[in-house]
Amino acid sequence: MSKIVEGLKYSDTHEWVKTEGDIAIIGVTDYAQKEMGEITYVDCPDVDDEVEKGGEFGALESVKAASDLFSPVSGTVTEVNEAVVDDPKLVNDDAFENWIIKVQMSDASELDDLMDASAYKAFIKE
Amino acid sequence: MDGEIKKTCLHGSHVALGAQMSPFAGFDMPIQYAGITQEHLAVRNRVGMFDVSHMGEIFISGPDAERYVNHIFTNNISGYQPGKILYGMMLYPNGGCVDDLLVYREFEPDRFLLVVNAANIDKDYDWMLRNSTGYDVKIDNQSDAWGQIAIQGPESEKTVLDVLGLDCAQKLGFYEYCNADYNGHRLIVSRSGYTGEDGFELYATLQDTIKIWDRLLKAGVEPCGLGCRDTLRFEAGLPLYGDELSDEITPIEAGLGIFCKLDKPEFIGREALVAQKELGVEKKLVGIEIFDRAIPRHGYPVELEDGTEVGVVTTGYHSISLDRSICFALVQTKYSTLDTPLWIRIRKKVFPGKVIKKRFYETKYKK
Repeated sequence: MSKIVEGLKYSDTHEWVKTEGDIAIIGVTDYAQKEMGEITYVDCPDVDDEVEKGGEFGALESVKAASDLFSPVSGTVTEVNEAVVDDPKLVNDDAFENWIIKVQMSDASELDDLMDASAYKAFIKE
Repeated sequence: MDGEIKKTCLHGSHVALGAQMSPFAGFDMPIQYAGITQEHLAVRNRVGMFDVSHMGEIFISGPDAERYVNHIFTNNISGYQPGKILYGMMLYPNGGCVDDLLVYREFEPDRFLLVVNAANIDKDYDWMLRNSTGYDVKIDNQSDAWGQIAIQGPESEKTVLDVLGLDCAQKLGFYEYCNADYNGHRLIVSRSGYTGEDGFELYATLQDTIKIWDRLLKAGVEPCGLGCRDTLRFEAGLPLYGDELSDEITPIEAGLGIFCKLDKPEFIGREALVAQKELGVEKKLVGIEIFDRAIPRHGYPVELEDGTEVGVVTTGYHSISLDRSICFALVQTKYSTLDTPLWIRIRKKVFPGKVIKKRFYETKYKK
């Protein structure tokens, strides 16, 4: 069973969002990291890049394949988790602890379109 | 793929071992068990085993067998003794590749075993039948009756001898095989493989394949999936049909000209290859290394510094054994010489690199 954290918002492309004021902290779910296997590379945007809700902002790569990352919200990248870029396996170790980017949201109401923990749990149907 | 997905005789074992399964070439195959990196390193450092029962086995026999095989096969089997194996391709008249395959010369006269890619079994069998007019041969597709296990790695000889007691394995050089008796059935012990390491490929009945697999599992041999089969063959510079070879890629373009004996009087596709040799080819398969940890994948564009597209990646990985981001790519011939600077577009970014030798990993075959 994959871990799901209460109080976060979830996208149907398996990203999670935690909000601190108007900052969205974005990572991938435990389910996603399990599906991918050993993550060997994290492709991140640069700070100050614009991201769009539903738009690709980077990718996670396992030995076998690349999986695009999609932003659950629109806004401007304020921070990239360099620890994860340097050591991609951190995402496998704890996908909720090891966020990928932080985004200053341009429209916090976009969060309403995302799933809560119980809806996401139903969505992945484990 | 039409119809139901096929299962090999070892499917139950893969599921019981908790393998991650995925459709490949019409079969539900294990991609990985413990993980691609662990399995890859087991083969490089010790020994691993693969279920390759999906591969096709087609037997050619009859008075014209040798002449017929030489007609459809790029390599030259004349003068090859029983017990020897040859690698080569079957080509269309335009030089495009029907498949790449192994040809085993059997110990009985006028008999050969052709081992072909799983995805191509039906196409190959049909091609063989269609091109057999005028040859007194029997073409017998026994693919569903044979299982196959590949045992690969520096400890593979020890494994085959100590765990399975297949004594005839010891005297084999690479690309040689012997026949053993297993429960009264034929077992083909072939010193060959697709990993760059020493190794064996065992062809057996379906029931024997299950028994052999279970004995190897009990002896602690690491089960390895198709995931690391691809990373291993890639590092060793070996092509995969569908990536480095296809109906649109000739062996000359893929750098496999040494397996095409243009001095043979005749084989299907020969004229096209002779012309390519004389006039040169427009595209060539190269190795490229990029100076970053980003991973070039199949289909990504290869570019010049100004963004002009000059090729495409066919297979790429962050190499497990070499810790470098490398790929095979088909590029315009004028950009194929060693050390040529080339760029690879990976999603929104472009990464600089250069042409390197295709055999990334030094192979360790038994001489």
